[in-house]
Amino acid sequence: MAETHGHEAHGHDAHGHHEEGWFVKYFWSTDHKMIAKQYLLTGMLLGAVGAYFAYVFRMQLAFPNKPVPGYGLVTGADYNALVTNHGAIMIFWVAMPVLIAAFGNFLIPLMVGCDDMVFPRLNRLSYQIFLVSALVLAASFFVQGGAFGGAWTSYPPLSAKAEYSLTDLGPTLWLAAVALEFVAFLLGGINFVTTAMNSRAPGMKAFDIPMAVWMIVIASILFMCSVGPLVAGAVMLMFDQQVGTGFFDPDRGGDPVLWQHLFWFFGHPEVYVVLLPALGFVAEIITTFSRKRLFAYRTVLYTTIGTGVLSFFVWAHHQFIAGIDPRMANVFSVTTVLISIPIAEMTFVYIATLFGGSISFRVPMLWALAFIAEFLMGGVTGIFLGASGADIYFHDTYFVVAHFHYTFFPIAIIGTFAGLTYWFPKMFGRHMNETVNKVHFWITITCFNGIFLPLFVLGAAGDHRRIFDYGNFPELSQPWMQDLRVFATVSLLIMLAVQPLFLANFFYSMFKGRKAEANPWKANTLEWQCPSPPPHGNFSPLPEVYRGPYEYSAEGRADDFWPQNSPT
Amino acid sequence: MLEHYMQQGSSFASQIDGLVWMIFLMTTFWFLLVEGILFWLLWRFRARPGHKAVYLDDHAEHAFEVKWIEIPHRVILLCDVAVIIGAITVWSEVKLSAPAPDEVVRVVAQQWAWTFTHAGRDGKLDTADDIVTIDELHVQVGKTYSYELGAKDVLHSFSIPVFRLKQDAIPGRVITGWFKPTIVGEFDVQCAEICGIGHGIMPARLYVETPEAHAAWIANPTHYLAYKF
Ligand code: HEM
Ligand SMILES: [Cu+2]
Ligand SMILES: [Cu+2]
Repeated sequence: MAETHGHEAHGHDAHGHHEEGWFVKYFWSTDHKMIAKQYLLTGMLLGAVGAYFAYVFRMQLAFPNKPVPGYGLVTGADYNALVTNHGAIMIFWVAMPVLIAAFGNFLIPLMVGCDDMVFPRLNRLSYQIFLVSALVLAASFFVQGGAFGGAWTSYPPLSAKAEYSLTDLGPTLWLAAVALEFVAFLLGGINFVTTAMNSRAPGMKAFDIPMAVWMIVIASILFMCSVGPLVAGAVMLMFDQQVGTGFFDPDRGGDPVLWQHLFWFFGHPEVYVVLLPALGFVAEIITTFSRKRLFAYRTVLYTTIGTGVLSFFVWAHHQFIAGIDPRMANVFSVTTVLISIPIAEMTFVYIATLFGGSISFRVPMLWALAFIAEFLMGGVTGIFLGASGADIYFHDTYFVVAHFHYTFFPIAIIGTFAGLTYWFPKMFGRHMNETVNKVHFWITITCFNGIFLPLFVLGAAGDHRRIFDYGNFPELSQPWMQDLRVFATVSLLIMLAVQPLFLANFFYSMFKGRKAEANPWKANTLEWQCPSPPPHGNFSPLPEVYRGPYEYSAEGRADDFWPQNSPT
Repeated sequence: MLEHYMQQGSSFASQIDGLVWMIFLMTTFWFLLVEGILFWLLWRFRARPGHKAVYLDDHAEHAFEVKWIEIPHRVILLCDVAVIIGAITVWSEVKLSAPAPDEVVRVVAQQWAWTFTHAGRDGKLDTADDIVTIDELHVQVGKTYSYELGAKDVLHSFSIPVFRLKQDAIPGRVITGWFKPTIVGEFDVQCAEICGIGHGIMPARLYVETPEAHAAWIANPTHYLAYKF
């Protein structure tokens, strides 16, 4: 196990003790770091697909019914399919694989100080099922009638009958893909939870576990608790589609609203499933770059668990006007608005961490700070939607689209960039070019606000979502509104145009970047105490833990950091 | 502030806008405060040679927690209570109260059109003089209407932004609600729930008319459908 030849970083993990064929090395590996990279690259690839879809439908909105370069004319059917799959891909095939699976796989064994996941083969199976799910999703675009276009929420009866959706196999393949993806993450989640519970380095007590690990573990548990009903619902919906059962069909005693409950009972906790890992990364990064102990570690932990529990009692805020008993709105409005308390607490804790720090604005820190600053906007605009009376107006408008992108974009995009730039030296044993990354950071963040700030205004002015051409609505066809739509789309174009900068930097640095030492950021957590990149087996010998993860700037020490495994 | 973007066209529009305004003030306050503190800290505690970060042990941290977490918490809770009271008040008015209607109008959504059944001359539905129209809703200003909303195939959502009215339509069910128009004019009706490939082309027009104009339309309706719905 300890015999490795991976220290001379040549871009990849040198993996394994014997000579391995490239297939075994890259596709059949059970090493958590290789599986992490598989998830990462697949997620990034699908992220490009999701962004391409956003490009196509934003172009259609800005310049209606003109052929979109690189796509062609966008019909109403195309538009719906693009929006549906954009949303589904970004959440299920980008945010989850990258934030939870890629970082979870890479970080958990390294941060708890063990050599691999508890169930490495289960881990490999998890990625393989995930890959199949992505292929099934891709296949759904090539069936007769085209891809599913009933929104990522997939409400029946539209999603249940081909005569309504006008594609027979599209919705079924889409659902099968989503269900397979859930299976992959259930398997992955088992690994994350058991590894963090059972494989911790000697001496690592519950409160010595780094936040990133805690957050991924709690997210996995939330996912496991919420996904069951939806998988059952998905099977019922598939039966409705292909066998002609009537679970959601009112003509045969079914109820379409039942699906909404099943979906959102999963869907709302799912928001926290992707949020928590990003919050974990931010905790690691802001402590490292402000040289401060994480403020109120235990409060963060208890709050996270509390929010997780509360998140199971808010789902019907997506259904205020959906035809549920209107008195229910009062209950769900209360639980929803109360979520502001733990979320605010989290924000305060992170900001308080900066107090008295010594803050250096390296690229990962810029992303982490941007996460806090931008996510706040998503948080406060959620109050408008949680207040049932106000949601009557905002529901299903662009205000909602802007709101949830101010949560999802920080989570999935900003969180990913934060994590990638922070852990890149560990993953690949090399540094990225920081100047290029700074340019990329500032343009991306500016454009992000340029895309979504106008959408709040458009939503307030009455733009409903999932509409492919506002030309049919005289009140929405005013020139100033079209100008805002164009502004948002142009911001997107600029944002997309700078992404190759990051990608080029990423792949170039992977092979040619400046070599990274083991602990370039002078951080405390265990992953920085093994070589960069970590060899197969990670540590030799396995570390022992003596203190918590955030003992920065402790008094009476020459160094301003204090690795968890340092005996003195 | 919503009224800058969208006229207030119903009796409850100003209440919804008032709630939105209250939330806007509160959230703007918190947003600016927190962003302000964040950026101030970043400036104040930027790394400088010779300055070391402070180390707070558990004990020092606790005192700090009261100041940074607990006190702001109470204030947020207070804001939350205000928002909840506002939300429930407005919601109860719009969705739970059911003022006695002067007239009932039937709205049926289908892929991709709206059918409106107006009571006609006798002011009663399901009589011979009902006026059935497609994608055109005619109402009289100042009258209280109750609507019976249904759908034929998939989910749709009956949305009239000037009224601040939105309600999903569900096949197999009739959902009721109400509105009272307060200004005269011609406005958009939108479908707010994705309903298939024609969801984007499912607009209807709302005509809010003076009593005279409305009477004239009833006497001589445009787009009258031959069959009774
Ligand atoms: C790359 C920049 C992005 C742009 C420009 C963008 C833009 C949009 C727009 C305009 C819509 C609404 C379309 C409509 O309703 O007609 C939308 C929907 C959506 N987006 Fe994004 N988005 C981006 C990134 C993301 C990310 C990172 C996520 C999540 C991780 C995400 C998740 C969603 C979801 C869930 C929907 C709803 C889909 C539906 O209505 O079924 N988007 N996006
Ligand atoms: Cu929710
Ligand atoms: Cu529709």
